[in-house]
Amino acid sequence: MYRYDQYDQRIVDERVAQYRDQTRRYLAGELSDDEFRPLRLQNGLYIQRQAPMLRVAIPYGLLASRQLRKLAEIARKFDRGYAHFSTRQNIQYNWPRLEDTPDILAELASVEMHAIQTSGNCIRNITTDQFAGVAPDEVVDPRALAEILRQWSTFHPEFAALPRKFKIAVNGAQSDRAVVRVHDIGLEFLRNEAGELVVKVWVGGGLGRTPIIGQVIHDALPWQHVITYCEAILRVYNRYGRRDNAYKARIKILVKALGIEAFKHQVEEEWAFSKDGPGTLTQAELDRVSAYFVPHAYDKLADCDPDFNEKAATHPAFAAWLKRCTHPHKVPGYRAVTLSLKKTGIAPGDATADQMDIVANLADQYSFGELRVSHEQNLILADVKLSALFDLWQTARAAGLATPNIGLLTDIICCPGGDFCSLANAKSIPIAQAIQERFDNLDFLFDLGDIELNISGCMNSCGHHHVGHIGILGVDKDGSEWYQISLGGSQGNETTLASVIGRAFAAADVPDVISKIIDVYVEQREGDEPFIDVVRRLGLDPFKARVYGAPATAKKELANV
Amino acid sequence: MSNLIKNGAIVADTWTLVPYPAIDETVQKQAGKVVQFKVTGTEAASPELIAQVQIPAGQVIVPLTVFRARKDELAPRIAAGEIGVWLESFELVEDLVASIDDINTLPLIAYDFPKFVDGRGFSAATLLRTRYGYKNELRAIGDVLRDKLYFMKRCGFDAYQIRADRSAEDALASLRDFSEPYQGAVDEPLPVWRRHARA
Repeated sequence: MYRYDQYDQRIVDERVAQYRDQTRRYLAGELSDDEFRPLRLQNGLYIQRQAPMLRVAIPYGLLASRQLRKLAEIARKFDRGYAHFSTRQNIQYNWPRLEDTPDILAELASVEMHAIQTSGNCIRNITTDQFAGVAPDEVVDPRALAEILRQWSTFHPEFAALPRKFKIAVNGAQSDRAVVRVHDIGLEFLRNEAGELVVKVWVGGGLGRTPIIGQVIHDALPWQHVITYCEAILRVYNRYGRRDNAYKARIKILVKALGIEAFKHQVEEEWAFSKDGPGTLTQAELDRVSAYFVPHAYDKLADCDPDFNEKAATHPAFAAWLKRCTHPHKVPGYRAVTLSLKKTGIAPGDATADQMDIVANLADQYSFGELRVSHEQNLILADVKLSALFDLWQTARAAGLATPNIGLLTDIICCPGGDFCSLANAKSIPIAQAIQERFDNLDFLFDLGDIELNISGCMNSCGHHHVGHIGILGVDKDGSEWYQISLGGSQGNETTLASVIGRAFAAADVPDVISKIIDVYVEQREGDEPFIDVVRRLGLDPFKARVYGAPATAKKELANV
Repeated sequence: MSNLIKNGAIVADTWTLVPYPAIDETVQKQAGKVVQFKVTGTEAASPELIAQVQIPAGQVIVPLTVFRARKDELAPRIAAGEIGVWLESFELVEDLVASIDDINTLPLIAYDFPKFVDGRGFSAATLLRTRYGYKNELRAIGDVLRDKLYFMKRCGFDAYQIRADRSAEDALASLRDFSEPYQGAVDEPLPVWRRHARA
């Protein structure tokens, strides 16, 4: 993976010094709350319900074991012994003291990490496919370009105070696991007919209050121009994006208001000036950064291991875990492994410091000392030999990291919600737990197959509820917490936005509602038909009828929402 | 004492900023559409208001609207090099460029940052310096605080009117917050990988 050179290290070190002084001035009363806010936000520090929350960047979700150990150490030393992996491949500490945050940043800098631009109205952490570099369907390993984009976006002076936050995702596989279509800019790297690396550029996607699927602004941009083209997009947005209303300030609103053609015209006009300028990438620079991401020294193995086969055949629990938690690898004899952070009773995405240490050890022992964080809030060991899976599984199981539920109903994407977040309208973690408890029968879950259930505690949609097969949104009605259910969302190459089924429910009713939705699916599915296909085939009506009673009543109640 | 930083030092300000006369009510237009906001955003100064602006003698920085509407009246002073122009954050540098034959006949352009978090000035300054070749003083005015100075400098500002309640002395140090930026910008057009051989 990428290693800092003197320039990278100096920037994070100087950032620690700068932030330390900003914090000192704030604590000394030299900066007002309003003045300190944008400064701390650009460094991932929120003031939350209970305490500050510090969000640390995990660029494109890639971590070394020594970095994870440092994250564990920080959790013990400065927090309450755990942390939360977020839907943007970052990690969040919920209980640090403001006074300690400069020291935390110094600790992070010692392992080539930072919290730069993890919040605030700037370019955020660049995210990508958690299986980058190992997925069999990969066209281009996107990590070198993600790292180049990370460097370019870090303290970009022109885009330091955008109208609103700005998220870029990068995908290099046939199957889109980076959800590029719901990002402000989505970059899909692919090869054209001549075999050259080009970029399909999506713009104006996003979830939040107004979910919009991005549109293609460039079909096949030669990769050398990716930075100057992004700069042109950002300049048009910085100048013309709305600043009068924070809810209408994302680039998606500008793109929608202008129309993609008019927006593209402005971008192309702007780009004409910078195209082929010094921001244009060179093969030498791509090669330099790519050298950090060369394939590991894999053993030459058969894609079959008799001992492994025997264990899989005789240990049903191991077999179940293999089915849900291991994934194909481009190298024969290897698999990628997802360690589930979705054990019933644990807030989705949370990991204790001890678990982090165990995962770091597993990474060292079985996976070249590296791991990844997925936007589904799980951890991935990307390069594990077939022959090592059984031992790995036993260790992971003992650590509560082997729940075989990846892609199943209980692999819930969930924001921290009202328990922690001051933006939230409602709690989300207890809802996730209630659903996990309701559906705790693994055989039944396996029978249901792939179902994505996503929960957000407010309109900001950190829990990606708009693109969940089942989405749950916490809303505030007259000061109490209610939950709106939607169906039919999906991520990936066929990204769709979910539709709300009707009036919202009290927290206690949510598991029953989900049960009724699942009942309809079980009754109506044909053969192995997945949940999302049934929703697409039948539409919302049969689900509404079951949840709300007769259609006439449902309509009447809908009017009351 | 002056709170003006110019070319890396605190200097006396020889210019007078000419504001609009105070009016009873500032109307913030709620832009109905983005396309509209793009052009206006905030209530533009009315012809009456522009006419009312009092322009004192000496080196003065006048609003863009006044510069454009009262150019004939200002012509001798422009020729004498004692007229600078300031822009509001929603005003477009293109409008300034279009209203003058040679942008470098202006000794000073100032750009207003109405709020610390309004970053439109970063693009405006970049355009003035790169696309339009402006070479003279480019001054940040308004809510100008030390923690944005480094970004302002990188985008081509060379003068900063630090907010009156803050120390310009303290702010000076922030111009050196970072020694080797990653990306190219106005002050250093080459990205770090073009400036140095990296491992």
